Amino acid sequence: MTPPVPHSEPPRSQPHPRGTAPVPSPATTSRKSGEAGRWEQLDRHTVWASAITVAGFGAGVAVPFVAGFVRGGTSPVPVLLISGGGVVLLTVLATVADWMRWRHTRYRITDERVELRYAWVLHTLRSIPRDRVRTVDLVANPLLRMFGLTKVKIGTGQQVTGQQSHLTLDPVRRARAEELRRVLLERAPAAGETTEPDTGPALATLDWSWIRYAPIGVTTPILGTAAFGAVMQVSDWIGVQNSVIQYVGDLFANTSIVVLVLVLVAIGVLIGVVGSLGLFVEMWWRYRLTRENGTLLVRRGLFTTRSLSLEQRRLRGVDVFEPLGARLVGAARVDVVATGLKVRSDKDNTDPKTLMPAAPIALARRVAVDVLRADPLAGVDIRPHPTAARNRRIAWALYAALGIAAVLAVLGLLLTTVLLHLAWIAALVLTPVAIALALDDYRNLGHGLSGDYLVTRYGAGSRHTVALLRGGIIGWNVRRSPFQRRSGLVTIAATTAANDGRFFVRDVGEQEGLRLAEEAVPGLLTPFLEPVTPARP
Amino acid sequence: MNEVVRLRPPRNRVERRAVTYWLTNELATVAVPAVVLAVLALLIGPARPWLLLAMGIVLAVGVPYGIAVPFWRYRVHRWEVTEDAVYTRSGWLWQEWRIAPMSRIQTVDTARGPLEQLFRLSSVTVTTASAAGPLKIQGLDHELAAELVERLTETTRSNRGDAT
Repeated sequence: MTPPVPHSEPPRSQPHPRGTAPVPSPATTSRKSGEAGRWEQLDRHTVWASAITVAGFGAGVAVPFVAGFVRGGTSPVPVLLISGGGVVLLTVLATVADWMRWRHTRYRITDERVELRYAWVLHTLRSIPRDRVRTVDLVANPLLRMFGLTKVKIGTGQQVTGQQSHLTLDPVRRARAEELRRVLLERAPAAGETTEPDTGPALATLDWSWIRYAPIGVTTPILGTAAFGAVMQVSDWIGVQNSVIQYVGDLFANTSIVVLVLVLVAIGVLIGVVGSLGLFVEMWWRYRLTRENGTLLVRRGLFTTRSLSLEQRRLRGVDVFEPLGARLVGAARVDVVATGLKVRSDKDNTDPKTLMPAAPIALARRVAVDVLRADPLAGVDIRPHPTAARNRRIAWALYAALGIAAVLAVLGLLLTTVLLHLAWIAALVLTPVAIALALDDYRNLGHGLSGDYLVTRYGAGSRHTVALLRGGIIGWNVRRSPFQRRSGLVTIAATTAANDGRFFVRDVGEQEGLRLAEEAVPGLLTPFLEPVTPARP
Repeated sequence: MNEVVRLRPPRNRVERRAVTYWLTNELATVAVPAVVLAVLALLIGPARPWLLLAMGIVLAVGVPYGIAVPFWRYRVHRWEVTEDAVYTRSGWLWQEWRIAPMSRIQTVDTARGPLEQLFRLSSVTVTTASAAGPLKIQGLDHELAAELVERLTETTRSNRGDAT
């Protein structure tokens, strides 16, 4: 529902002399946001940064190829010349392209709008009303940091993934970025402010002992497996895959396959652990969660620094999330429930919704309280769901486990007896695991009301405890399957503008669920309820 | 207070014509693969028994489904617009009740496919700021749909704001 973009033609030629970067002095733009209307350029050092990036990337790709050809017996000189030339050509092209982009891109902050335009061959103008700006995120990779630059992503926090929902200034000087953030998020910038924002007391800062939770997350198996994949892939590129396999085979020629598997798994785990520790350091280095003028700020990152903002007004609750590994040792992560999180930050594959890495659960809860300025999770009466919900889960678990076993058994009958053995092993191993998960899933199911919040808890293995602001509930979806109908259950979804759009209270007793919804948002559901005719005894 | 309650059905049924529309739609969906399989069976001699078997399965499953579901759906699909909220029920075996308060409605759209036009039907979609909560009312008479959209737009215009 953004108003249409005005079709005013922006000025074509710029007064800036060629080659000089028109970095505005902060004083001129910050004193009055109404300084406005002046088109500014991005920082020209972006050209160097892209040149280095592409050259590095090109070299990274070229090296295995050169190695492959040289091994294959080709004379090294022409190969080096060709691939070197290719890298240079690629770098030049990319540099020119980025220079063109820089040359023809302008942005400006007017009283009403933030605008970014590109005007060469293809003209584009992105425009966001300033009063819709909800996030100003700063992300800088090591190269940008080398030049003192950062990317600025300005977003409206609009759930609709429309074209106008965000724009990225790629890049501007760091000081300018900080200033843009202050100007855009404050709306009324105070006069005479220094460029260094006043940081309030931190809600949380990194405690290095948290790093012990890093290896027990999902990253360890992922990185461990990826390492083997990478070895195979790269050796395939160079054309030495077979000799790698041969080499490993020779190495373990005298040992049994069991030992080989164990050793490989151990190596995988080791790589995974080291990798996840490294990832933790890179992601959470200098982590600091603060609140400045009603905006939550997360700053973190070793090589790539990120500085993510979240306006308090967008906050709709928190999710205290206990991933399986962390849960076993009493730790939890704090995720935020806020509007407009669907759009991920560019080039930042960490979850922007994570406010705090896994930490001891008491601490996580305290941070959640500080973030919400309320304590919905303390003393909330989380009510369990009817046992019918447990029976459903056990049934699913049995179907899943026995289904896998049945498929293996059928294949075994048709193909080979090895699969038959796998089938009974699968049945024997999977059934208890599945039932344990089902029971845990049922035990975790729960809901409650606590002050201004609706609390719902769910998860098998990993566990989410979500506190959703009742005022943030913008509708209800009540769903019932034939099986739920028979056992008197419903699944209720509170719809919201935050995160994925809804939070479920699964398999709750029909009466209990309807009462919960009625109470959580008074008046909304009431007109659509009717007493059941007392025909039933 | 502690009396037993349930969600009452929304007041309005959809247009009776919607059944015919759904029937046509479902049967056309079944007919297309069935015809394709039949033609293939005519052309490809060696695979004929298999293709005919496949066609038989498609018809045996599709035709009863295509005939039963529209009537069932007609019994379930209902809608209601009050001063404060839009309320729908949809589905057939799996049923869903959706409620959106008037104050949180962001957009109201109508859509009419070619087949719907033939039956002078429209569907109205009401969206909120939630990524998961559009309310869709299918099978409305298109004049009624236009009226409804106008009314909803009118009502929602008066309450501005983010609706988040």
